[in-house]
Amino acid sequence: MGADTAAVRKTPLHDVHVALGARLVEFAGFTMPITYDGIVAEHTRVRQSVGLFDVSHMGEIHVRGDGAMGFIESITTNRAAALEPGFVQYSAMCYEDGGFIDDLLVYRLCDSYMLVVNAANHDKDTDWIRAHAGVDVEIDDASDRTALIAVQGPRAEAVAGGLVAGDLSSLGYYRSIETTVLGRNAVVSRTGYTGEDGFEIYCEPDFARDVWEAFANAGRPVGIGPAGLGARDTLRLEMGYALYGNDIDETRNPVEANLMWITRLKKGDFAGRDAIAAAKEAGPPSKLVGFEIEGRGIPRHGYPILVGGEPRGEVTSGTFSPSLQKGIGMGYVPAGTAGEIGVEIRGAAVPARIVELPFYKDGSVRNSR
Amino acid sequence: MAESTLLFTKSHEWVSADGDVATIGVSDYAQNELGDIVFVELPEVGKSVSAGDVLTSIESVKSVSELYTPLTGEIVEVNTSLDDAPETINTDPMGDGWILRIKMSDPSELDDLMDSDAYASLTKG
Repeated sequence: MGADTAAVRKTPLHDVHVALGARLVEFAGFTMPITYDGIVAEHTRVRQSVGLFDVSHMGEIHVRGDGAMGFIESITTNRAAALEPGFVQYSAMCYEDGGFIDDLLVYRLCDSYMLVVNAANHDKDTDWIRAHAGVDVEIDDASDRTALIAVQGPRAEAVAGGLVAGDLSSLGYYRSIETTVLGRNAVVSRTGYTGEDGFEIYCEPDFARDVWEAFANAGRPVGIGPAGLGARDTLRLEMGYALYGNDIDETRNPVEANLMWITRLKKGDFAGRDAIAAAKEAGPPSKLVGFEIEGRGIPRHGYPILVGGEPRGEVTSGTFSPSLQKGIGMGYVPAGTAGEIGVEIRGAAVPARIVELPFYKDGSVRNSR
Repeated sequence: MAESTLLFTKSHEWVSADGDVATIGVSDYAQNELGDIVFVELPEVGKSVSAGDVLTSIESVKSVSELYTPLTGEIVEVNTSLDDAPETINTDPMGDGWILRIKMSDPSELDDLMDSDAYASLTKG
């Protein structure tokens, strides 16, 4: 698994995963649970009831100081000025050539902006952030001091309501509160990566286990259970959410990745703005699309996509959708491609069809409120 | 099926020979590693195979694994119930989750396989 000599790290919930019999793998330098009782079972649990995810491996970077908002505006694609206290937005950081450094969440908290980044990109992101920060900005990498538990599913609010201080029913989608859970400080947001209603709970590492166990107990009557990275991937892919490293990376820009909805070209200058604007003007040669396999077959990362029988694109993410019971995937195809395509699966051209995202349309996520 | 009639490969297939017909499946260790199995592409009955060939692919949600034959011969039967219920490999890998049967052209190839005890040591290590 590479010549990395750095020790693999554990999250604050490691012992819980071991006790639950999780299949553990190394991911982004952390030992993480891929599954506990099966990806399909965990996926179904989140869609029908509620699941608990340990995502403590992710990075949390606080930005403070008089120049904080302006700085974030200058290094992200979305409009940070629109963030009132308690607002959260999905955003991206790009290089000057428009290629993605990472996708992330930006929180406006009471005394800081908090950037929540992918674990795999932690070092790259913090290096970039520090290199571009001016003297009027203070960067505080709190990743090692922050545990993160996601509670996701239609029953999430019913379970969380008794544990999180405050009225969760009035906490809107992509809003956060700084509150307490069982008397200890926590940031709680109505956000997630599953397409279901739910919350992400940021707390101190020494308290993470108490939070997990409190949710496990409170949710027992509705069948709460753990969910690992395997189910996290099938859930997000059913929603058409991008995964850095698969669907977006340094070679892709927001125009071709269909992420112009988080890119505010008119907000002023930001890293990558000119290149992105030029790409939009020119029209990119490729576009990210979602597709469903017709018949049998599972598309996987790297498989060629055939248009008119010729290899013209490639799959960036693929899986078997537990909810739809068919192969689904995302990938780049020549801009303007629509309708029937093929996916080359172990030498055979398997028919597929480009579809509108999300694949799964019955999620309880509150994005219409 | 008595444990003692079973033989195993290093790649986690099991073989149960009855006369010159060998039934092949994947072990409990293998199904656990694979996770939820969602597709098995069954090969054609009548196909000739040689020891070491890839028989088929077993697809789980997260990955694809190849099933190898340790035996040379002809495929005489495939477990068609796996078309609609591939998860049988997870729930009963050693019984109803059998995958196919080969009429062996060289039964001495069985001598290269390991018995249950040897396989148990392999998977515990």
